[in-house]
Amino acid sequence: MKKEEVPQDKSALEKVTRELMYVKNSDGKYTTDLSTGWDVKKEALDNAWDDINERVKEAALAVKNGEKSPVAYFMELKLMDIPVLSGYTGFWGFTIKRHMKPSVFKNLSEKKLNIYAKAFGISVDELKNFKGDV
Amino acid sequence: MIMPNEFKHHQSAHCENGVATSLLKYHGMDFISEPLVFGIGSGLFYIHIPFLMINGGPAVSYRSMPGWIFSRASKLLGLSVTRKKFGNEEKAKAFLEQKIKEGVPVGCQVGVFNLPYFPPEYRFHFNAHNLIVYGKEGNDYLISDPVMEKVTKLSEEDMMKVRFAKGPFAPNGHIYFPENIKSVNEETIRRAVVKGIKRNSRDMLHVPGPIAGVSGINFTAKHIRKWREKLGAKKAALYLGQIVRMQEEIGTGGGGFRFIYAAFLEQGAAILKEDKLISISDEFTKAGDLWRTSAVQMGRIYKGRLDEQKYYEECADMLNQISSIEKEAFKRLLKLDLKY
Repeated sequence: MKKEEVPQDKSALEKVTRELMYVKNSDGKYTTDLSTGWDVKKEALDNAWDDINERVKEAALAVKNGEKSPVAYFMELKLMDIPVLSGYTGFWGFTIKRHMKPSVFKNLSEKKLNIYAKAFGISVDELKNFKGDV
Repeated sequence: MIMPNEFKHHQSAHCENGVATSLLKYHGMDFISEPLVFGIGSGLFYIHIPFLMINGGPAVSYRSMPGWIFSRASKLLGLSVTRKKFGNEEKAKAFLEQKIKEGVPVGCQVGVFNLPYFPPEYRFHFNAHNLIVYGKEGNDYLISDPVMEKVTKLSEEDMMKVRFAKGPFAPNGHIYFPENIKSVNEETIRRAVVKGIKRNSRDMLHVPGPIAGVSGINFTAKHIRKWREKLGAKKAALYLGQIVRMQEEIGTGGGGFRFIYAAFLEQGAAILKEDKLISISDEFTKAGDLWRTSAVQMGRIYKGRLDEQKYYEECADMLNQISSIEKEAFKRLLKLDLKY
């Protein structure tokens, strides 16, 4: 990439930092330059977020319809997947999947609810009382 | 307590290179640069791990495993990297405080989900970010994050959260710093550059199996040809987006680290007085440019402007072309049979 080709598009990093790029100067030698962003990757990131927001909405609907427990919703909301949630809670993946069933979730001990609430950074009440309305 | 003025912040493209470069410079290695650390540490790689998903997309990486670059580079430069991980948060904190008291800047592995100075759009559960702690003021640690233009700060509470982020690659309070630093003579540097090039060439050309090295790029290409039919247009487009993000996001220096490697070979040419390295450096620039061209093409697909199988085929063809350019370039590097 040549120095004059360094993209200076808008991105989420605006006002936070610019990124260092390795580019060729007019003598054909490597130097570094700063970039504010590149549309191509901004769109990729935007797309990923659209997908996340859609998954969160679907999870909320599933809770509302009584198909999933709030664990499934907050996992999506906090951008987690089963391995990450497993890391934060210490529960096995298959245990978490069981806890995503409303019938199992409603009998969870206060202790386990607490572990989930802490992992999601919310209160136990918020977790227990989430009915799928967003 | 480190005097904040003594430590100099250097911005770099990639966090691990950057931590290594800044710490080595701090310890008097003035000749060191990000491309040198990256090249000596044999940092260029490609791997596509099948069946593993990251944020719901394919797991591809354009560089070697977290931690390897600094360790390999240090070994070749004759120093050692001391690394510590902790099961206990209080002990992890005490150790960091101790190092600050001793006046030793240290590298810390952190998760970015709770990193307050990153924009929310970038805060995923990614646990292999690296930064330097170079002092403390009141309740705040003084932070030199290599991808940031300026130094920053983290409160004790935030520091604990990011050092003990959980999930894949959980840092477990991982802290590291170079030790046994001796002055490095020119022969050591030449040897390190030669060894780094040879190891990287072997890794990219001869790593066993189809998923890594130059053949790994073809492995991804093969998958891209099938994605649209197998996953549907929407998911296939998301997968392409993931590839572009891994390749171009903050930390790569653009073109999936290929430009950093090209810069390394240019510096290597001067160190070894070997002009042939310059023309091979140009091949990596070409590869990096092609990676970016493929990203533009993938971008057209995930922006929804193009949606036909033939456009996926075009992306895959470009990846095949990149694979053969990199293959030839690494073969030429090995053929040079560099001496030091």
